[in-house]
This record gives sequence, C-alpha cells and structure tokens, in this order.
Amino acid sequence: MNITEYMKDHIVYLDGGMGTLLHSAGLEPGEPPERWNLTHPEVITSIHRAYFDAGSHVVATNTFGANSLHFGEQELERIIRAAVANAKAARDGSAGTQPKFIALDIGPTGRMLKPYGDLDFENAVSVFAKTVQTGAACGVDLILIETMNDSYETKAALLAAKESCDLPVFVSNAYGADGKLMTGATPAAMVALLEGMRADAIGVNCSLGPQALAPVVREYLKYASVPVLLKPNAGMPRVQDGQTVYDVMPDAFAQEVQALLREGVRLAGGCCGTTPQYIRALTQTAVQPVPVREKAYSCVSSYSHAVFFGKEPVLIGERINPTGKKPFKEALRAHDIGYLLREGIAQQDQGAQVLDVNVGLPEIDETEMLTTAVCELQAIIDLPLQIDTSNACAMEAALRRYNGKAMINSVNGKQSSMDAVFPLVQKYGGLVVALTLDENGIPETAQGRVEIARRILAEAATYGIAPKNLIFDPLAMAVSAGPGAAKVTLESVERIHNELGCRTSLGVSNVSFGLPQRDLINSTFFAMALQCGLDAAIMNPYSAEMMKTFYACRALNGLDEGFASYIAFAQQAPEAQPTAPAAVPAVQAQEGSALQQAIVRGLREQAALLTDELLSGTQPLCIVQQEIIPALNRVGVGFENKTVYLPQLLMSAEAAKAAFERIKTAMPAGGGAAHGPFVLATVQGDIHDIGKNIVRLLLENYGFQVVDLGRDVAPETVTETVVRLHAPLAGLSALMTTTVPAMEKTIRLLHSRAPWCRVIVGGAVLTQEYAHQIGADAYARDAMEVVRAAEAMEP
Amino acid sequence: MSAVLCWQGELPPVNEREALRYAGVKEPSDEMTALLHECVALGEKLLAPRVCYAFYPVKRVEGGLDLGFAQTQSNALRRNLSGCDQIVLFAATIGLGMDRLTARHAQLSPVRGVMLQAIGAERVESLCDAFENQLIRQGYELRPRFSPGYGDLPLALQRDVFAALDCPGRIGVSLNESLLMSPSKSVTAIIGLLNRQQPPCAHRCAACTRNECLYRR
Repeated sequence: MNITEYMKDHIVYLDGGMGTLLHSAGLEPGEPPERWNLTHPEVITSIHRAYFDAGSHVVATNTFGANSLHFGEQELERIIRAAVANAKAARDGSAGTQPKFIALDIGPTGRMLKPYGDLDFENAVSVFAKTVQTGAACGVDLILIETMNDSYETKAALLAAKESCDLPVFVSNAYGADGKLMTGATPAAMVALLEGMRADAIGVNCSLGPQALAPVVREYLKYASVPVLLKPNAGMPRVQDGQTVYDVMPDAFAQEVQALLREGVRLAGGCCGTTPQYIRALTQTAVQPVPVREKAYSCVSSYSHAVFFGKEPVLIGERINPTGKKPFKEALRAHDIGYLLREGIAQQDQGAQVLDVNVGLPEIDETEMLTTAVCELQAIIDLPLQIDTSNACAMEAALRRYNGKAMINSVNGKQSSMDAVFPLVQKYGGLVVALTLDENGIPETAQGRVEIARRILAEAATYGIAPKNLIFDPLAMAVSAGPGAAKVTLESVERIHNELGCRTSLGVSNVSFGLPQRDLINSTFFAMALQCGLDAAIMNPYSAEMMKTFYACRALNGLDEGFASYIAFAQQAPEAQPTAPAAVPAVQAQEGSALQQAIVRGLREQAALLTDELLSGTQPLCIVQQEIIPALNRVGVGFENKTVYLPQLLMSAEAAKAAFERIKTAMPAGGGAAHGPFVLATVQGDIHDIGKNIVRLLLENYGFQVVDLGRDVAPETVTETVVRLHAPLAGLSALMTTTVPAMEKTIRLLHSRAPWCRVIVGGAVLTQEYAHQIGADAYARDAMEVVRAAEAMEP
Repeated sequence: MSAVLCWQGELPPVNEREALRYAGVKEPSDEMTALLHECVALGEKLLAPRVCYAFYPVKRVEGGLDLGFAQTQSNALRRNLSGCDQIVLFAATIGLGMDRLTARHAQLSPVRGVMLQAIGAERVESLCDAFENQLIRQGYELRPRFSPGYGDLPLALQRDVFAALDCPGRIGVSLNESLLMSPSKSVTAIIGLLNRQQPPCAHRCAACTRNECLYRR
C-alpha cells in the first residue's frame, strides 16, 4: 500500500527530532549532520529504527541540508544514497508492525531569494531538483519539504519536487509566534499557494510547541482541502546546565497533539526536542481520523495574505495596462519599471485589493517584461496580482515567478484557449477568469453564456481544477451598441451565481463605451451587478464614482461593520474646495518669492498650488527660469557647501518636481525635457537603488529626460537602450565591490557600441581613481555632482 | 555551552537624534522632523525584532583567539576582549518588512527612502542595545559589541557566525555570497563578558580605524 492510499483512512504518525539526538551522540556544533549518514550510519539507522519501533509510519531521511549549495556534487549523491539506505535498514530492522514509509527530507537552503537576497528563484529550483532526483532514484516513498520560513523558497522546493518525480509531496512551514512566516505569509496564503500547486499534504512544524501552534493549525484546518500535518517542537527551549532542554514533556505533548488530531489534523509527529519517547506517547492512544473535506473558498494570495472572493466584492485595479495610455506605452518601451510600480502603489492607496498586470505591446518581449513586472511589483506591493496576457509563454513565465496563488486573466470557451491555459492552472495553481465566449463569439443571450460556462467547468474538471478556482466574466458589452446588452450581462451574472454557484467578475468600464459621463453609467451598472451577486470588478480605482458606489454598496449590504470604511471614505471623499495656499511665513534668512521659499523648505503641496497660481499670469518657462531653477540652485549650492543635508536637498527636489508637474500640464506638448536622454541604471547583480533614485530626481529637476532602467540591469540592456535612443549620457551605480566588474563590462560595451555616449559612475565603493581605472568618463561623489558633470559633458 | 537561544525583545521608542544622524541631518528643520515622524509611523507596524545568541568560552591561543565557534588573528578584537574569558555571539534583525517598505517608498519619494533607511539603522542598533541591556540586567558586565568587518576582524567571519547560530532558521536572516545579510537591517556581533572590574569602555567608534567614516562620533 502506498502512503497516499494509507492516509485516506488512517492517522499517519511521523517521526520526531533528529538534531538533539545527534548532538548527544557526539555531533560537534557546526558539523553538518548530513555527513553522519556516511561516517556514522549505525547511529542514524538506530535513531530511525527507534522511531519506527515507537510507532511512526513515516521516517524522514537525515538530509535536511543535503543540497548542492552545501555539498559538492559527488559527496551530495553519496550522502543522499547513504541516508536512504540508513532509513531502509531501520525499516527492515524494526519490530513495528505498522505500514512503514520513508520520506526524503528537504529543508531550506539557508539563503534568501532575490530581490532581498541573492539566490535566484530558478537556481533555487535547480538546487532542490538535484536533491529530489537523487533521493527519488534511491526509492523513497514521498518527499517531505519542511521547516520552510519563506513562501517563495517553499514554492521553489515544491515546484522542483513536482517537476522531478511523481511521488507524493508533503509541505510543512515554520511559523513564528505572530502566526506568520518570517517573510510575512499567513496560513491562509500558504494554503492557497500550496494547494494550488497540488501538494499532497500541508502543514506546520518547528518553532513552537503544540499549544502555541494550535491557532495556525486551526487556520489550516479551516481552509485546506488536503490532509493537514503537524510536527511541533517539545515546547520552548531553555538552557539548563549548559544543555538545551524543552519545557513540554512526552505525555503532555502527546495529549496536546492528540487534541489537534481530534480537530482534524491527519499526520502528526514532532520536531526539535522530541524523541522516540514522545512519539511512543503520541501513538499509544488511538484517535479516530476526522474526514478531510473539500473547502469551497475561492481565493488568491500574495507573499503576505489571501484575498477571498464571495463574501464581499473585490476591486481589481486595471491601470497597469498600456491600452489607450500613451505615457504607459512609452514607459514600457523605455523599460521604465518604476512607472509601473508607482501605478501599482497608487492603486493600492486608492483601495484596490488585487492588481491586474498587462504589459502587452507588439514591439516588446512580453515574456521578459511580464516576468520582470511581476517580480518587481511583488517586491514592494503586498497585493495579489492578476496575470493578464493572451500569450501562454508569458503567462507561464510570470506564474512560475509569482510568489503566491495568482489570479489569471484569462481563459475562454474556445478549445484552443482551454488547451493552453488549463495545464498552467493545473501546474501552478491560480484563480482563473473565464470569459463566456467561444469559437462562435459572444452569445447574445444569458442562456448562451451560461452554457459556455458549463462547458468550461466540465473541461476544467478534467484537469482537476475545481469550480472554486474559476471566476466567470460574462462580458460587459457597450450598452450604446445594443440597448439590451447590459441586461443580458446582469442576467448572466445572476444565473452563474444562482444556478452554477460560481463566482463572477466583470470589466465594468466597457458598458459605457461611446457615452458621455462614462463614470456615471459605470458606477450605476456596478451597483446593479453587485445586486445580482457580482464578486469582483476590474475597474479604475481613481474613479471617484466607482469608489463611492463600492463603499455605499458594502455599507448597504451590511458588510461594513459600524460603517467604518464608509465613514472613513466619505470624510476624505468630498472634493477639496480649491483654497488659497496658506501664506508661507517669511523665514529668517530666506529670500525669494513664496514659490522659491516653498521649494527651499521642501513643501510639496504648497509648491504645486503656488505654481498653479503663478501659471494664471506668467509664462511657464518664466516660472522655471525665474523661480524654480534659482531656488534649486540655492539648495544645491548649500548642499555642496555642506550647509544643507541630503534629506533637505531631496525634499526641495521633490517640491520642485511637484512644481514642474504643474508646469508640464500647462505647457504645449513637446515642450518637455530640454536635455538628454540620460540613461540611468544600477548595474547587473546590484539591487541597491536609493542613490540611483536620488540621481534621477535631481536630473529631472534640472531638465534632463531620464530613462531609468532600474536595478540589476544587464550590460546589454543598458547598451541597447543607449543605442536606440542615441542617448548622449549614461549613469551607472554600484554599491558593492562584487558588482564593480559588471560596471566595467557595461562601460566597455557602451564605449564599443555607443562611442558617442559619455558614462558617469557613482556609488559607495567607487573612487575617482577606481572610476578612471574601469574606463568611466566621469566620477560623481553625489547626486549634485552627477548633475554638474552631466551639464558639463552634454554636447 | 553552545546552545543557541532566541530573544524576542521589546524595542524602545525611536531615538530621533540617532535616526537623523543616520540620515545625515544634524539640525532638523520643522519639515524634516515632521517627515521623520511620518516615516516612523509608517515603519512601526512592520518591525519584527528577533535576536538569537549563544555563549562561548574565549581563549588566547598561539596566533590569535579561539572564540569557541571560530578562530581569528584580529588584534582589534583581542584588545576588545581583554579581560574576558567568555563571549556572547548574537545576531539581531528587525525583519524584512522594513526593506520592503523602504524600497516601496524610494519609488515614490527618495527622501522617504533615505529617512526609512535611517530609521531602520537606528531600530536595529536600538535592538542590539536592548539585547545588551537585558544581559546587563542579568548581571553581566559587557565590553562594547564588535562585529565582523570592524577594524581588522574579517567580514568572512560571518560564515562562521552563521554556521554557529543558524540565523536563517532561527531569526530569518541569511548570508549572501557577498557576505551581506538579508534583511539588510541585521547585525551580528561578539560581546565580551568581563570577569572582573575593568576600566570604563570606550565607544565602539573608538575601536574602529575608519577615521573618514561619515557616521563617526
């Protein structure tokens, strides 16, 4: 009988701790325990056997840190083979009569993944894959991924296991006392991610004792449709006479774990501090297994939390999409990821709960761009993302790198679409938006759209994709083109909700196409759709009318406890009456006009308002020449003379930027940047960009058109951009000595392929001499120096 | 002697002068102070302070010091540990939340990026101070903490520190190939425990040879 069959009807007992036992057997601190598989096979085998004798069904091999980051290829293979052999010897030697299985144990690499660490996601996948392949070839019964405290690394390990073997994969995470993983994920977010990728059992181990872990375990039991496992520590460690001891004794441990078995946990063992004694105490009392039930939650997740569909409407921000947006298209062509990020942050600030990400443009490499966009967005925004593309390659690449369970936009009733998208949902998980259209187009009746929905459900089922992981979009059509269009859509929403019991989502804005005051039509349609049971809307979070409807509907439907969100929204919603800016008090030793003072003092809002005021009577360029530049120069000179500090310089620069933005709106098109373009990047391998962002801001202030390629940028990308734009200037930043070679390589490539371009370099590790040595045209010690150098060097 | 323990300490309120010092500001304007307060409020909920530590005996051996978890030839550390026969090795972090927050705000406003970075530096140093204070409350007398990379103590010692403390598993801090730590606001250090009355300790900066350092006191 294999483990999957056995666990259908039985409680499965796992083993207990290994490290403590090895240390008492003589393992030195800092010595890799995995090596003992080779040097002390009898010790390892006897520990495994003691667990089998104590009643464990599953014993995990002594391979927690056995991966290619810690061991050379040959030693790694020998360690894994020996580890499996030791476990097999224990199984053969044990007197226990229960079914016995061997799990290949996989722990974390100990390295943080990019962008906050330096291990690339795909490298992590390869590292885990190597261990899994070797272990699976030795004949283990299952893979146990455990003690993972980062969701992204957990995903890499699970993906590697699923891609490298056909064995069942159990996944267990280590939660802190705050009920989250170290990198922020809640239990619900992990359940979403792991079930989506088809882990066979999921759960919790290490960190705390059984009682302290109970709240996390209950979250798993609430959301998981697969068996839940638990391997707690024997309480908390303390030092007594130089020895680490744990505060929960075997009998108390067994009782606490058994209580959780009765609540529904199906696999149990122990972690740090537990011994065969603990497992014996645990297995002595028979517990009736609680059946595992399918849970019908529809959700997506980010690295931090899950967003659920069904209880209340979910807002999906639609603004990361180039359709009809010229500046967005320009940003994509220039690889200006910062633009996308700012769009994402702004939508979250407006109340979006999920962000749609669409970067499709005919002339760009969508696979590369979508992957980059997803990685960069999830680094700084904790909202789940909706991967929006019709390119299956791009979709797979983005889903692979996504740190959570993504929303997928979209599949439809065409066979070709389902053939392309469902295998990806099957592999990576996801909540997929299903459009009710097929080879014959969009049916004109609700009946026709519901029938397509049924067909999509049936096809999804053949991939094992449950109805809860589909969300139907019955397509909002322009009501101006057919007066019945909105009614058909609303009826479809209602019938899919009532007859199929499925979730629905709409791209609301289409309905008003061709009509004036579109927001009014959109928001009214949104309210009507919500009344029909709509679960989510892809919409513009900057639309005041839509947000009003959203908050009002939530309040009216009793979803807003104490009307807290509505009141908070209503209090900030009334359009701020344009008021005259508060007079800027004459500050001692500060001369110049009110605008100049606002810039010098770094008052953003005031600088913008004062600029607006001036614009009614003054030429835009005059304001720049006579107000903004002199004010900036005063601050800049102060900085150079060390009477002004960097944060003050930046505050002034941001105020000046606010003033510039007002001026830009008043200027005729084409009257923008006077200098440049200036191509800016942090070099490959380096992820530090605070300094580079400061440089960008100041350059923009001084009238340069800046193309910011972001951080960790390949020499080829910098060079291609410079060549394409025929940019006269490029700026490169590096913080670490290890990335200076990448800087040198970039300079060399630039000088050979774009000989007209002057290169300015800066960053903590650089000096004038060093810059000269690697071939830079100029070195800048700080952001002001970049401006000065750029002004001096521009042709 | 080498059991690794965790300490989940309480952080004291932000020391505003210190945070401003890390930001490079000596005399803050009202606007600067307001910005500082705004950034402190942004960061507050995201802090996840964690410390792990272990005690080791320290011995003078031929060619240097045996620290119990590694050996070193550092003269600066030997001077720092004079009069000690025991050390505490610790690692402290305020978590990844602050890195994410800083990166997010740096996109919108570089000045907030700089200020959040400075607050992060102040927070992790305060965490180290708080950790030291609870050792003092237990009756230990401490030498100033000393980190890999100070003076002639090589940064490469970080590998031994990480092997000894299992920082990734215990407090979620990992060591990159370039020997930088993630989360970035993390500290590892050695604290000498005095076994008898010693002359008062000089500040950490006094033990450091980087005279041109921007942050030197």
